[in-house]
Amino acid sequence: MRVNFTVNGRPQEADDVWEGESLLYVLRERLGLPGSKNACEQGECGSCTVRLDGVPVCSCLVAAGQAEGREVVTVEGLAEYAKQRTEHGGCATDACGTSLDAAKRWQPKGSTDSQTGEGVELAPIQQAFIDAGAVQCGFCTPGLLVAADEMLEQNPNPTDADIREALSGNLCRCTGYEKIMDAVRLAAARQGEAV
Amino acid sequence: MPGKSAPLGTPTKVTQGAKTKGGIGESTLRPDGTLKVTGEFAYSSDMWHEDMLWGQILRSTTAHAEIVSIDTAEALALPGVYAVMTYDDLPTDVKNYGLEIQDTPVLAHGRVRHHGEPVAIVAADHPETARRAAAKIRVEYRDLPVITDEASATAPDAILIHDNRTDHHIGHVDHPNIVHRQPIVRGDVEAARARADFIVTGEYTFGMQDQAFLGPESGLAVPAEDGGVDLYIATQWLHSDLRQIAPVLGLPEDKVRMTLSGVGGAFGGREDLSMQIHACLLALRTGKPVKIVYNRFESFFGHVHRHPAKLTYEHGATKDGKLTHLKARIVLDGGAYASASPAVVGNAASLGAGPYVVDDVDIDCIALYTNNPPCGAMRGFGAVQACFAYEAQMDKLADAVGMDRVEFRRLNAMEQGTLLPTGQAVDSPAPVAELLRRVKAMPLPPEQQWLTAGEAADVRQLPGGLSNTTHGEGVVRGIGYAVGIKNVGFSEGFDDYSTARVRMEVVGGEPVATVHTAMAEVGQGGVTVHAQIARTELGVAQVTIHPADTQVGSAGSTSASRQTYVTGGAVKNSCELVREKVLEVGRRKFGSYHPAWATAELLLEGGKVVTDAGEVLADLVDVLGDESVEVEAEWRHRPTEPFDLRTGQGFGHVQYSFAAHRAVVEVDTELGLVKVIELACAQDVGKALNPLSVVGQIQGGTTQGLGIAVMEEIIVDPKTAKVRNPSFTDYLIPTILDTPTIPVDVLELADAHAPYGLRGIGEAPTLSSTPAVLAAIRNATGLELTKTPVRPEHLTGTA
Repeated sequence: MRVNFTVNGRPQEADDVWEGESLLYVLRERLGLPGSKNACEQGECGSCTVRLDGVPVCSCLVAAGQAEGREVVTVEGLAEYAKQRTEHGGCATDACGTSLDAAKRWQPKGSTDSQTGEGVELAPIQQAFIDAGAVQCGFCTPGLLVAADEMLEQNPNPTDADIREALSGNLCRCTGYEKIMDAVRLAAARQGEAV
Repeated sequence: MPGKSAPLGTPTKVTQGAKTKGGIGESTLRPDGTLKVTGEFAYSSDMWHEDMLWGQILRSTTAHAEIVSIDTAEALALPGVYAVMTYDDLPTDVKNYGLEIQDTPVLAHGRVRHHGEPVAIVAADHPETARRAAAKIRVEYRDLPVITDEASATAPDAILIHDNRTDHHIGHVDHPNIVHRQPIVRGDVEAARARADFIVTGEYTFGMQDQAFLGPESGLAVPAEDGGVDLYIATQWLHSDLRQIAPVLGLPEDKVRMTLSGVGGAFGGREDLSMQIHACLLALRTGKPVKIVYNRFESFFGHVHRHPAKLTYEHGATKDGKLTHLKARIVLDGGAYASASPAVVGNAASLGAGPYVVDDVDIDCIALYTNNPPCGAMRGFGAVQACFAYEAQMDKLADAVGMDRVEFRRLNAMEQGTLLPTGQAVDSPAPVAELLRRVKAMPLPPEQQWLTAGEAADVRQLPGGLSNTTHGEGVVRGIGYAVGIKNVGFSEGFDDYSTARVRMEVVGGEPVATVHTAMAEVGQGGVTVHAQIARTELGVAQVTIHPADTQVGSAGSTSASRQTYVTGGAVKNSCELVREKVLEVGRRKFGSYHPAWATAELLLEGGKVVTDAGEVLADLVDVLGDESVEVEAEWRHRPTEPFDLRTGQGFGHVQYSFAAHRAVVEVDTELGLVKVIELACAQDVGKALNPLSVVGQIQGGTTQGLGIAVMEEIIVDPKTAKVRNPSFTDYLIPTILDTPTIPVDVLELADAHAPYGLRGIGEAPTLSSTPAVLAAIRNATGLELTKTPVRPEHLTGTA
């Protein structure tokens, strides 16, 4: 079958899709977007999280045909998505006030390396994951970024318990989650600072 | 607002600072960070090639059986199928592989020895076609009795898991179903026992843990025009894979060119081969690129696990609290194939007494061959199981003597100079007592919040969490401590070297260093550290990390907490050799202009050649000009030696790593639910080359230990030896809700034998985390709890 949908703002057409293929498979294997990850393919780990018409979903549990005519945002489009959001209003001023001093404490120390892909525009949550050391093997990272970005969109001032609840569907095996907590707190603080 | 008062980070104590910007000691950021957050980083399962096929493995549905027949005709007839291969299609006489003992069939021949053993492989143009074809292969099995434990393995009439063993361990084991045995005998346990005022014994059971790395086993094999194959793969050790792959394919090693793809975690689970040979076989058979990606179900069968263990311990102490003796027996279940079992035995035995002074020791450790899933390397490697047992014993003994549990440990803690039960002196700092002191001194988390919060109590912070199973009724708090010792690097006389190629040249008007090693970056941050070392040693800002492949010498395995020590040491060494060459070039060009070229000690800093007094002699850009300086060199740590097979005596280990934990838990005693409130860690790291990464490793290792304590276990049916929970639905790993804050206190006491004084750090936190949580649950409930993981029924008395 043929599936037409929008991915990261661009209309996409996938041909010869077998009816049993997941949205994750079509993104990874047919559209050249392997950023969404295939850690469990059974909806338990969250590594394949994308936004489907704005809602975070495990793309491994969405049949490709269900995406017909809909809008998908993957980690590859997250920076642009965040940028558009900021340009079209961003968060309300009264909801984004986390401590400026605290945010400043989070400037990364030391230089960045020549291979960090300088010049690449990142969403605040992406930069925060790098700066806070929330990335180790990185396989959980794309799904966590999409989920955390959506949480901060809904709740710019999350408590620790809010963060843990919102990200409880995303498994990470490397970090023990502490640096992920740090990254989300950092992104929230910087988001507050930017307003 | 709640957000404003939320802490912005977990308190961590680390040192900062080095002469060269971005050098060692600084928390420089990962060179692959941007690629990983944008989704561009190419993991092994992301590989794609024009015209590629998908490989699929058919695995045994039974744990122990003769294969009566295999019929592939129907599978081959399916449209879209390009190849179906069985044992009979293997191209050479080499049909087995293995890390140390080549006992693992590439494809089963006449018999399967565990549930999920590869029997046949398929290549097709779509993964679903490949799966359906594999399902059409008809295998007729004739079941054999299953061997699942020590009794059934060592019975006089037990079926031998491997007939006609010829490996080098068969001569010193009591039964062919024992892979390896290592006794450690020192002093006189009988005499020491007579001096003991208190004796405690315990039997402990340790469950089978899965590494559960998130990136599934996967890779792409591309047949080459020269008859060879290019393999893009996620592994822990490229050259070890190569040594096992090439003979099966009948190719010289230089025709199997391996490149490391992105690795989604490892934790020991990628030390053995998984789909490497299968992908290469299918690629060479079909002449097309073949990609294989396990799904999670298959991943549970596709790699070895942590050995489950039964540990029997007896300790004695005098009434003033000094340990008198230790007698222990450790039985590890190695499953159907040897994998790393012999080395795991060596670790569990030699570290079985823990970080304590005890002169009279009798430890016996074996690994079994059974029909259970094969077990091998996982973070902590034998030392984890032992730590679970000896730390439970320390609490029991402290209670018997009537001492505080931490003070009892501190009184008996080893220190620099202590002899291990192997007779080997610990010849670098061993701050066991200090780590315990530090972790105990860390502030405790607030008392039970619901006692004062009333209606505002947040159920998310209670056992059961969002399930809203309690508002505090029946919940009790407990605190537990544990400490452990882990060896660093490959032990027992293994030639544990690494290789680094370092080049320095001027690119775009700037001096640039390129570091090329075969080190598998699995997430640990080795690539970050290599760049830091190159900056420190060569005084450059720009460092390029060349992709890891087999075009450079072996780096050894990314395991045993060894890569920063050994490959980091190799990078440092090669940088030093490059520096000497650069200075020779400088002397040749500019030596006549300044006497210091001949007389002073010269350094490379900030892109310049400077004297140790800080005087600038030349710019590296001018020194190098159009020349490039390159060195490839092997580097070794000091040698170790094998343990004596009867007494276990010997200089077996090169370095040790110590961590201590304090766990605070809350237990709903009515429902048997545990919430770990905080898991604090103090660890000596020798020198934190990258403090941010060090803390990340400690927190990650701690969390895997938490998983063992309260949730993680591969359940194997004792009647059928079949795996019952091969999914993330049924095998639970800690989520962010299960994981507490993990404050870390990093101690840096240099090991004079190691580069920069560093210690390997990745594994030690996984040791003491588990027994600390168990101790806290015992403290909360008063239960003895001798099994891990602790399950609700163990806490409610309904087991």
